[in-house]
Amino acid sequence: MSALVTSVPSIAPAATTVGNPAINIGIFALFVVVTLAIVIRASRNNRSAAEYYAGGRAFTGRQNGIAIAGDYLSAASFLGIAGAIALNGYDGFLYSIGFLVAWLVALLLVAELLRNVGKYTMADVLSFRLRQRPVRIAAAISTLVVSFFYLLAQMAGAGGLVALLLGIDGAVGQRLVIAVVGVIMIFYVIYGGMKGTTWVQIIKAVLLIIGAGVMTVWVLGKFGLNLSSLLGDASTASQSAGGKDLLQPGLQYKNPIDFISLSMALVLGTAGLPHVLMRFYTVPTSREARRSVVWAIWLIGIFYLFTLVLGFGAADLVGAAEIKNAPGAVNSAAPLLAFKLGGEILLGIISAVAFATILAVVAGLTITASASLSHDIYNTVVKQGRATPEEEVKVARIAALVLGAIAIVGGIFALGQNIAFLVALAFAIAASANLPTILYSLFWKRFNTRGALWSIYGGLVSAITLIIFSPVVSGKAIDPVTKKSPSMLQGVDFHWFPLDNPGIISIPLGFLLGYIGTVTSKEYNAAKYAEMEVRSLTGHGAEAATHH
Amino acid sequence: MSKEAPERVVDDANVAMQNSAEFAQLRTKFRKFVFPLTALFLAWYFLYVLLSVFARDFMGTRVVGNVTWGLILGLLQFVSTFVITMVYARWADRVFDPEAEALARKMGEHQ
Repeated sequence: MSALVTSVPSIAPAATTVGNPAINIGIFALFVVVTLAIVIRASRNNRSAAEYYAGGRAFTGRQNGIAIAGDYLSAASFLGIAGAIALNGYDGFLYSIGFLVAWLVALLLVAELLRNVGKYTMADVLSFRLRQRPVRIAAAISTLVVSFFYLLAQMAGAGGLVALLLGIDGAVGQRLVIAVVGVIMIFYVIYGGMKGTTWVQIIKAVLLIIGAGVMTVWVLGKFGLNLSSLLGDASTASQSAGGKDLLQPGLQYKNPIDFISLSMALVLGTAGLPHVLMRFYTVPTSREARRSVVWAIWLIGIFYLFTLVLGFGAADLVGAAEIKNAPGAVNSAAPLLAFKLGGEILLGIISAVAFATILAVVAGLTITASASLSHDIYNTVVKQGRATPEEEVKVARIAALVLGAIAIVGGIFALGQNIAFLVALAFAIAASANLPTILYSLFWKRFNTRGALWSIYGGLVSAITLIIFSPVVSGKAIDPVTKKSPSMLQGVDFHWFPLDNPGIISIPLGFLLGYIGTVTSKEYNAAKYAEMEVRSLTGHGAEAATHH
Repeated sequence: MSKEAPERVVDDANVAMQNSAEFAQLRTKFRKFVFPLTALFLAWYFLYVLLSVFARDFMGTRVVGNVTWGLILGLLQFVSTFVITMVYARWADRVFDPEAEALARKMGEHQ
C-alpha cells in the first residue's frame, strides 16, 4: 500500500476516488470474461421454452439453492444492509432478520406446491383454476411492477458503486458505466436464458459469500475475535463523533408504526417475489425445490451474520461521517471497509463482487419479467395459447432486450437512492399484490377469478399510491450532513401518508379484497381445483425435467 | 395433461382422488404440520419486532459485555429459523414424501 492510498482523508470530499480504478475494473472484467465463457458453454441448446425459462428443470436442489442465495443477496443485502448497520446500528440489523425469516413462508407454504403446479411463471399457478386471460394479465402486470422496483434498486446501487470505485463522478461517465453493465446483463439473459443466468448467480453467490466471510474474519480478528468489543468500539466511535449509541433501537425508525409496517413487508414479501418463485421451476421435483430453500436459508442466514459484523466494523473502522460523505453514501460502507482492511486489492475484489452481484440480480429480474411478458401476455393473451415454444422464446428475448434498455434508463434516474429502502418497497408490493393471491390459490377451495383480480389490483394500486404520497417520494427534512432531503424528489412536498412503507395498510387490504371478491362471486371450477390440489400435494402431473 | 389443453378435458381421476379418504388424510397431515409452525414463527418474529419498537430500553440493555437483549433475541431469530428449516425438511423427507409419492403412483396407474 502506497502512502497515496492510505492518505484518504477521514472526511472525504464528494469526488474522492478510493483505491485504484484500474484494479477495480480489471477484476470485474475478469469476472465478466469467466462468466461469459461459462454462459456460452452452458447455453448451447436453449431452443425449447423449458430450456430458456427453466434451465431444462435440470438443476439440483443444491445448485438452485446457491443460485437463490445469489439472486436474493442483492446489492441491497450486501451494500444496503452493511451500510444501514454502519449508520443506524441495531435498526439496520432488523432488515436482515426480516429478510431471513421470510424464507420460512416460502419453505413451508409456497415453494413445493408452486413447483408442482406451475410451469414457467407465477401466473401459471394463479391462473390454474381461474379464468386464464384476466388473471394472467393481472399477474404479469404485478410481476413487471415488482421486478421494476427491484431492478431500480440494483441499478441505483450500481451507480453509487461506480462513482465510488472508478472515480467517475461526472453524470455522463456514471451513465455510461450503467449502460455497459446493462448491455452485459442483456447478453447473459438473451443468450444464456435461465441456464446461463443461473450459473452467473451460482458463481456470484460463492464469490460474495467467500468475500464477505473473509472480511468478517478479518474484522473480528482486529477485535480479538470478540464480538462484544467490536460492538463496544463501534458504539463508542459513533458517540464520540457526535452520533448516537448504535446498540440502541430506534435510530432509524422514529415511528414505531413505520417499523412494524416495514417488518410486515419484509417477512411477507419474499414468497411473493416473482424472480424468486421462478427459480423453483429450475429443479426437477418438489423435493429438490424444498432442498433448494433449505440451502438458500443456510447460505442467506450465514451471510446476514457476516453483514452484522461488517456493518459494525465499518461504523468503527470507517466512521459514519466518511460513509455519509462518500459518493455512494450509505451504500459505500462495505467497499470503504474493504479498503481500510486490505487496501486497493481487497477493495477491488469486493467491489468486483458487488458489481457481479448487481449484474446477476438484474439478469434474474430481467429473465423473470421477460418470461412473464412472453408466456403470460404474448402467448396466452395475444396468441390465445397457440404460440409455438420457438415463438415464445423469441418474444421473450426481444422483451429482455427492451426491459434491459428500460433498466438502464431507470438506473440512471435512481442514482443515489438508498437501495435497501427501494427493495423494501418492492417487498411491500409483492406482499400486498402477490402473496395473498398465491396463498388463497393454493389453500382456499372457494377462491375465484374475482378474488384474484381484486387482491392483485387492490394490493398493487394501494401499495403504489401510498408510496407515491409517502415521505419516501417527497417532503423529508433536509439532512444537516449531506444538505439534501432523503426523499426522492427535492424541493417539493406533496406527501400525506405518514409512513415510509405502505405494508401495514396495503398487505391486509390485499388479503381483505381477495376475500371480499371471492365471496361475492359464485365461480367455481371443481375439476380444475381437483387437478390443482392433487397435483400440488402429490406432484402427480407436475412438469418433468427435459432430457437430453 | 398439458395445461394448454382446453378446459373441458377433465381428469376425473383427480376429482376421485381429491374426494378419497387417503387424500384428505394427506392434506390434513400437511396442514396440521405446516400451519401451526407458520403461526409460531410469525408470532415469534412479530414479538421481536414489537419489543424492538415498544420496549427499546429493555432491548438496549447490555447483558454480556456490549451484547444487548435486542442482539441476543435477534440472533435467536436466526437460530429458530435454522431449527424450523431442519425440522420441516426432516419431516417432509421422512413422513410426507413417502405418502405423497404413494398417492402419485396410484394416480399414475389410473391413466
